Amino acid sequence: MAKFFTQEWGDLYKEAINSNKAYEEAAKTWEGDFYFIMEHGGPIKETAYTYIDLYHGKCRKIELVTDPSKYKPEFTMTAPYSVWKRIATKELDPIKSMITRQAKLSGNMAKIMRYVKAANELTTSTTQVPTEWLD
Amino acid sequence: MWTFSCPFIAYGDNALEYIAQIQGKKAFIVTDKNIVKLGLAKLVTDQLDAINIKWQIFDEVEPEPSLGTVKKGGLAVGKFQPDWVIGIGGGSCMDAAKAIIILLVRPDLEPDCIIASDTYNFRAKARLMAIPTTSGTGAEATWAIVLTDTKENRKLGLGTTECMPDVAILDPVMVTGMPPLITADTGMDVLTHAIEGYVSTWGTSITDGPGIVATRKAFEYLPKAYKNGGDLEARKEMQNAAILGGMSFGNSMAGLGHSTGHALGAIFHLPHGRTVGLFLPYTMEYLINGAEDTTAKYAEIARYCRIASASSDKECAKALVAKIRSLAKEIGQPLSVKDCGIDNAKYEEAIPGLIDRALNEVMTMTVTRVPGEEDLGKIFRYAYEGKNIDF
Repeated sequence: MAKFFTQEWGDLYKEAINSNKAYEEAAKTWEGDFYFIMEHGGPIKETAYTYIDLYHGKCRKIELVTDPSKYKPEFTMTAPYSVWKRIATKELDPIKSMITRQAKLSGNMAKIMRYVKAANELTTSTTQVPTEWLD
Repeated sequence: MWTFSCPFIAYGDNALEYIAQIQGKKAFIVTDKNIVKLGLAKLVTDQLDAINIKWQIFDEVEPEPSLGTVKKGGLAVGKFQPDWVIGIGGGSCMDAAKAIIILLVRPDLEPDCIIASDTYNFRAKARLMAIPTTSGTGAEATWAIVLTDTKENRKLGLGTTECMPDVAILDPVMVTGMPPLITADTGMDVLTHAIEGYVSTWGTSITDGPGIVATRKAFEYLPKAYKNGGDLEARKEMQNAAILGGMSFGNSMAGLGHSTGHALGAIFHLPHGRTVGLFLPYTMEYLINGAEDTTAKYAEIARYCRIASASSDKECAKALVAKIRSLAKEIGQPLSVKDCGIDNAKYEEAIPGLIDRALNEVMTMTVTRVPGEEDLGKIFRYAYEGKNIDF
C-alpha cells in the first residue's frame, strides 16, 4: 500500500498501467506525456506534480517532481485532492470532472478524444493500486 | 455534482419576432448556402433590420462542419466584432456558431483545442442564438460542438457548457419547407437523442423528463410531418421534441447508437440522423441482451408511449425496438447499412476504422454494457445485413 500521489504510489501505478492489456491495446499508437497536478488545499500542503510519460501502450516513466519546470508535457490535468480521489476510485468520471470544471485539462482535447478508451483504462488502472488516502 | 442547462426558448407561431426584443448593434450569422437560398436567413435578417442591428452572413458551413471552416468563420467574426452570433440551420450551422463565438474572444485558439474545462467568457463580447431549421439535432439546446477532422475522417466531440446558446428560437416557419427525406433523417435523430438520453447512465430524473416526452411526441408526430410537411401541429411538436431530446441527451450523454452512427457517418459521409437512427435498434438489442437496468428503462419508455403493456420488461423493450423499425420503414429510412447503398467489400475494409472510432467515443463508455472490439465488429456486421442482434 502506498500513499496517494507519492513516488511509491507512482511506481505501483506504472506497474498497474503496464499490466493492463486493455490499455496497451487501446493506447498502442498513443504518444504523449502529462503532468497530473494536485492543487494545495485540504490535506495537501503544497501543489504536487506527477509526470507521466505514455508511449505506444506503455508507461515509460512516472515521476513526482518538485520543480515543475523540469518537464514540458503535452498535457496537464489539474484538480484538488478530493477530485483526484474521486476520479481514482471511479466515483467520478474524468470527462464529467472536466465538463463540470472540477478538473482542468490543458492540451489538445481532440487528441485525447481519439483515445477515450485508453483514458478510461488509465482510470481503471488506478483502482488496481493499493492506496493509502491522505484524509 | 452534475449540471443541467438549457437556453431561453422562444417557440411557436411568430417566435422569430422575439428578435425584436434583443439588444445589440451587430449580428454575425453562421449558416450554409442552402439556408440563404431558401430565404430562411432573410426571415431573420428582416427582423434584425427592423431593429437596426447590422448583420453579416457567413454561409460557408458544410454538412459536417470542418475545423477549417470554423477557422475561416473565426477570422470573419474577428473582423466583424458582433455582439450576437446567430447559428441558423441544422446542427452543423449551430455547432459551427458555438465554435466561432469562442474564436471571437480567442482568435489564437485552434478549434480542436476547445476544452470542456476551460472558461472563455465570450459573453463579455457577444451572446449566442440558435435558430434550427431542422427537427432535429437539438443543438439549439446542447453545449456540444461536433466538428469533423477531414484529414482523419473522424468526428470530434468538443465543447464547453459555456456554449449553451443564450436563446433558441423555434419558429415553425423555419421548418415547414423541409423535404420529406430531411424530415425523416432529422426526425430519427430526435428519437435517438430522446431514447439514449433517457437511458444514459449519466442521466437523472431531470434529464428523464424531456427524454421520455420527446420520445412519445416523435413517435406520434414524425410520420405526420413526413407525410405532410404543411401539417403545422406536427412541425411544431417535432420542433419541441427536438429541443427536448437535446435537453435530455445534452445534459446526460448519448449512447451506442451515436457512437456507431458517428463512425459510419464519418467514413461514409451519410447524414447524421440517418446513421444514428439506423444503429439505434441494433444497439438497443445489444443492451437488452445484456443489461437489465437499461432493458427496464426501455420498458418504461414503451409503456409511457403506449407501445406495449406486458409485465415483462424484456417484452416491452423488444416491442419498442420493433416500433422504431416500423417507424423507420414508414418514413423511408434504411433498416440496414446495406440499404444505404454501401458496397459490402468497401464496408468490410472500413470495419477496423469503424470499430476504432466507435470504441473511442465517450458515449460508448457510458452505456451499461460496454462493447469491446469484437462485439463492435459484430454489431457493425449485423447492421450491414439487417440481422437482429442475438448476442
